[in-house]
Amino acid sequence: MGQKITIEPVTRVEGHGKVTIHLDERKNVVQTRLHIVEFRGFERFIQGRPYWEIPVLVQRLCGICPVSHHLAAAKAMDVIVGIMPEDLSPSAEKIRRLMHYGQFFQSHSLHFFHLASPDLLFGVSADVAKRNIIGVAREFKELAVQGVMMRKFGQEVIEATAGKKIHGTGAIPGGVNKHLTLEDKMKFLIGKDPLNIDYMIEWSKAAIDLFRGYHKDNKDFIDNFAAFPSSHLSLVRKDGALDIYHGVLRAVDAEGNKILHDVDYQDYIDYIGEEVRNWSYMKFPYLRSLGKQNGWYRVGPLARLNTCDFIPTPLAQKEFEVFKAYTKGKPNNMSMHMHWARLIEILHAAEMIKELLSDPDILEGELVKKGEKRIEGVGLIEAPRGTLFHHYKIDGNDQIEMANLIVSTTNNNEPMNRAVESAAKKTMTGQDKITEGMLNAVEVAIRAYDPCLSCATHAIGKMPLEISLYNSRNELIDFLKS
Amino acid sequence: MESPVKTLVYGYGNPGRGDDGLGPALVEKIQAWIVENNVLGVDTDSNYQLNIEDAYNIKDYDIVIFADASCEDIEHFIIERVKPDEKTAFNTHSVSAGFVLNLCNNMYGKKPLVFLLHLRGYDFGLKEGFSDLADSTLNMAYNYLVNIIATPRLSKLLESVK
Repeated sequence: MGQKITIEPVTRVEGHGKVTIHLDERKNVVQTRLHIVEFRGFERFIQGRPYWEIPVLVQRLCGICPVSHHLAAAKAMDVIVGIMPEDLSPSAEKIRRLMHYGQFFQSHSLHFFHLASPDLLFGVSADVAKRNIIGVAREFKELAVQGVMMRKFGQEVIEATAGKKIHGTGAIPGGVNKHLTLEDKMKFLIGKDPLNIDYMIEWSKAAIDLFRGYHKDNKDFIDNFAAFPSSHLSLVRKDGALDIYHGVLRAVDAEGNKILHDVDYQDYIDYIGEEVRNWSYMKFPYLRSLGKQNGWYRVGPLARLNTCDFIPTPLAQKEFEVFKAYTKGKPNNMSMHMHWARLIEILHAAEMIKELLSDPDILEGELVKKGEKRIEGVGLIEAPRGTLFHHYKIDGNDQIEMANLIVSTTNNNEPMNRAVESAAKKTMTGQDKITEGMLNAVEVAIRAYDPCLSCATHAIGKMPLEISLYNSRNELIDFLKS
Repeated sequence: MESPVKTLVYGYGNPGRGDDGLGPALVEKIQAWIVENNVLGVDTDSNYQLNIEDAYNIKDYDIVIFADASCEDIEHFIIERVKPDEKTAFNTHSVSAGFVLNLCNNMYGKKPLVFLLHLRGYDFGLKEGFSDLADSTLNMAYNYLVNIIATPRLSKLLESVK
């Protein structure tokens, strides 16, 4: 008898995610699906709002990466007020970049210490009661404290540049609304131990060493778990450097051949399509040139290091060279290497923060520019989890008439489904019962991508972890709730 | 006025999702009251959600009162003592008040007395502002808090509430 296994990891006010795994009569995995109820209502919610409100409003989409939405929307609004990204004042661009690198630093650090380090320190088969950040805090206290302080440092950089922890207002159409203060600059550069940038750089290097140590001892798992060939897409700077704030769109295939040739993202709609499938609320983006079947791609840390030619900061570049050498210069298609790529990006973000803090433009200079108004603009940015598209049109009353957002998790929809399939086939084929280890294997595959499940609402009573097991007649035969 | 114990009132939620913003709104009212009455020893904070750095943020307080919107079947609001919780999240986007307390205990060896104020919400749609029922909840919770914080009875009162 065939079975359908359902894992419902999250239920939120506006949506939830679950995994269904279909087994045939011989208990072979025949189909897996990751269902995420994407929150599309936001695009309608902002219709009719004045365009200048949007960079603040969109931060409500996500409690972890509001800055990414803030900056993507601000970049789109720059275009609407007639300022193309290259025309932004040096002070405005550098202050926005500082905010964005602060965001990357805190978000990536959170992911590594909260989700990845327990697996790396205790092993993925360790008892789930131990394998979490509380366990890390008990047995590796210094490391846990470092993780919290790195997250806090990034948050403070954001607060200093965006103005507030919630609903920051730093980026406005055509620029930013304030400089960094000298006091903040000095605090981040040489502030009270350990909340200064030199500590952050040292700890970032140590985190890479931690990964390398685990990798050395667990090569088979890290290299083969949920690995699959794919295309990769991201922004790159015009000269091919890693750039998370601005650049051109590039995609490479699994062999490294360019399949999207450094195009202007204002024309993204000519290159990217969005497929709707009847079993998921979340769309499946694809490269039009390759079609729906073959045009899917990965975004995020792994994709960025696969598309860029180099990293423009010395310490991260050194690590990048080791990373690239591991696959002999070819794209790295190993899902668990996403952690490695993320750590290299943490180091890069820390180096960039230090460089920007030393730049006089962040303390003085022109903040806002205005040009000839347009009715349409696209803002694109690399969010921590991957490429983020914001596209708006305004009407004659300066109100939003159309909005289209493609968030990082949507871009990774197909890859996450592939990762789940790979993990499920490896651990569940031929099994009668779902064990904690099997469920964890599936979760580990998804966690590498850290999907955002419409997280910005969070009321008590709406977040159970549910696992349901169905047979082929859709009868519930097992149920677990966290 | 000065609180006998160092207290933090911390609200979380998304003000862009109707009643989900009850926690931050309550904190805004409490902060205004603190300023107006020159209350010492009581701090406020707010965010979209709790996360691991809040273990650091609460470590130096005697009492922490978290406030969050709730979908539970309760009348207006309830306050309960938070116990350390080990449940880990599926992704990085939020942690529970108990998780924050547990992390604080383990990382810093500090054990503040932590409470969670559950504020009954009804409408979590995409909008700003509260439903009528949630609005009354907000006012009732505000009156409750200003009557107990910064009074010598605070520790006793809160300890007795389940």
